Amino acid sequence: MNAITPREAALSVRGLRKAFAGVAVYDGFSLDVKRGDILAIFGPNGCGKSTLINMAAGLLPVDGGEILYDGRIVDEVRIGYVFQNYREALFPWRRAAENIRYPLRRMGLKRAEIERRLESLAADFRVRFDLNAYPYSLSGGQQQLVSIMRALAVEPEVLFLDEPFSALDYETTLSLRTLLQQVLKARKTTTILVSHDLEESIVLADRILMLTRRPTLVADDIAVDLAWPREAATLSAPDFIAIKARCLDVFTRAVAGA
Amino acid sequence: MRALLVPAGGAAGFIALWWLAVLLRLADPVLLPSPLETFNDTAKSFTQGPLLHDLWRTVTRTVLSFLVACAIGVPLGLLLGARESIYRAVEFVVDFFRSTPASALFPLFLILFGVGEGTKIAVAAFGAALVILFNAAYGVMNARRTRLLAARVMGASPLRVVFDVMLWEAMPQILVGMRSGVSLALVIVVVAEMFIGSTDGLGQRVIVAQSLFESGLMYGVIFVAGALGYLLNLTFLLLEKRFIHWAGK
Ligand SMILES: Nc1ncnc2c1ncn2[C@@H]1O[C@H](COP(=O)(O)OP(=O)(O)OP(=O)(O)O)[C@@H](O)[C@H]1O
Ligand SMILES: [Mg+2]
Repeated sequence: MNAITPREAALSVRGLRKAFAGVAVYDGFSLDVKRGDILAIFGPNGCGKSTLINMAAGLLPVDGGEILYDGRIVDEVRIGYVFQNYREALFPWRRAAENIRYPLRRMGLKRAEIERRLESLAADFRVRFDLNAYPYSLSGGQQQLVSIMRALAVEPEVLFLDEPFSALDYETTLSLRTLLQQVLKARKTTTILVSHDLEESIVLADRILMLTRRPTLVADDIAVDLAWPREAATLSAPDFIAIKARCLDVFTRAVAGA
Repeated sequence: MRALLVPAGGAAGFIALWWLAVLLRLADPVLLPSPLETFNDTAKSFTQGPLLHDLWRTVTRTVLSFLVACAIGVPLGLLLGARESIYRAVEFVVDFFRSTPASALFPLFLILFGVGEGTKIAVAAFGAALVILFNAAYGVMNARRTRLLAARVMGASPLRVVFDVMLWEAMPQILVGMRSGVSLALVIVVVAEMFIGSTDGLGQRVIVAQSLFESGLMYGVIFVAGALGYLLNLTFLLLEKRFIHWAGK
């Protein structure tokens, strides 16, 4: 992995510490994420993946260390966050479009600009369902798509996704994955994706961070130099298979075996 | 249609039994008038007597105390629910007074508010406010954490989170509280009309009819009070169904 110069980093974590009830989850953890990159975080259950992005998103206080966005703290930057459980993240009393407009209203944007962003997102994600529907009348995949649009509407400097597809069926996951990579790459959105699916992590990421058990450290940091866009054929390309083998190897040795 | 026929059948059966009891002279006719007599006496009191005015007074008092109760119970409940540590501190007091029969508070409120309209409204509002507050607080405390976090990430200020998320998350529970609250307010208002220097209201009319041995009217007023309570309850049930369209989905 090439070193990331401070100017290239959209997000820098230094000496992060966090413990729950005296048990350390992070004890001196550092990370730089390059602007425009999609970073996938892969690690065993309970190693602290959600904890990491929640601290980065300002939803959870840190015990020590610092998390900076190009020198600024999280309150000073726009971020997007997609929760695993879309049912509990969307506002069911607002229509889908109103959910997407919500963060834009909080930013104080003009109505015309809000509508422009909504339309551009709907076009980018090729939305064919009615955005004036209430979330509960949409399918799971459509609801998670609305969550993703809501998070991207603010044009975030960093987008966080915590296992966004784990509650969806395989077919839906595949089509959402394809749409997401197109949009993220077109918009050059810096993204941190937590995933339980190794194949998904490789397909979507520029870089994979393999984490160890607690106290959590980086077991391996793997660049994914596959061409974009990544399609069905990518899954059987030799490079893809080689990366997957390396990841599995690291996982069984450093992670599962420790 | 069936949904209406079955309860109507039940009501008809009740009236038939009543009539049978009258025909068989199971009780003194002074104590148990026939349904027809009851109906006639009540209708007469509505058209020529004070019953319509009484009904109106009871409705106004109930609605007024309910509104006062909402104005106090909803914001306070939201606030306490949002700060769970504070709620835990006052929970015992809320629970205690919620369990205290409101009628036991009449003397106290008479001292505080004097013999007049104020006392009736105040006691009823006090009882209903506690119920509404309790439900609003629990609604907020059971709010989905993810939604609160989502609002924060999207740049909502703490006050915004209260109005844009907590209030809505608690809304189903608040409406349940309002439904219980308005029923309780009606109970307290009717009792207050009986015993706290009143000259009108359904409670007053029942007591007067009883003391004058106008048993037909007395039964009629009881049914009017019952219908009022039933309609208030039904109104809130329908409101819940229409307004909380996302519940359970
Ligand atoms: N609020 C909390 N209080 C106490 N312990 C917590 C809390 N949040 C997380 N933990 C603990 O910290 C560790 C890391 O949790 P975290 O949810 O970040 O793991 P994760 O890597 O996201 O796991 P998963 O793969 O299951 O999503 C776990 O052992 C968890 O039990
Ligand atoms: Mg997690």
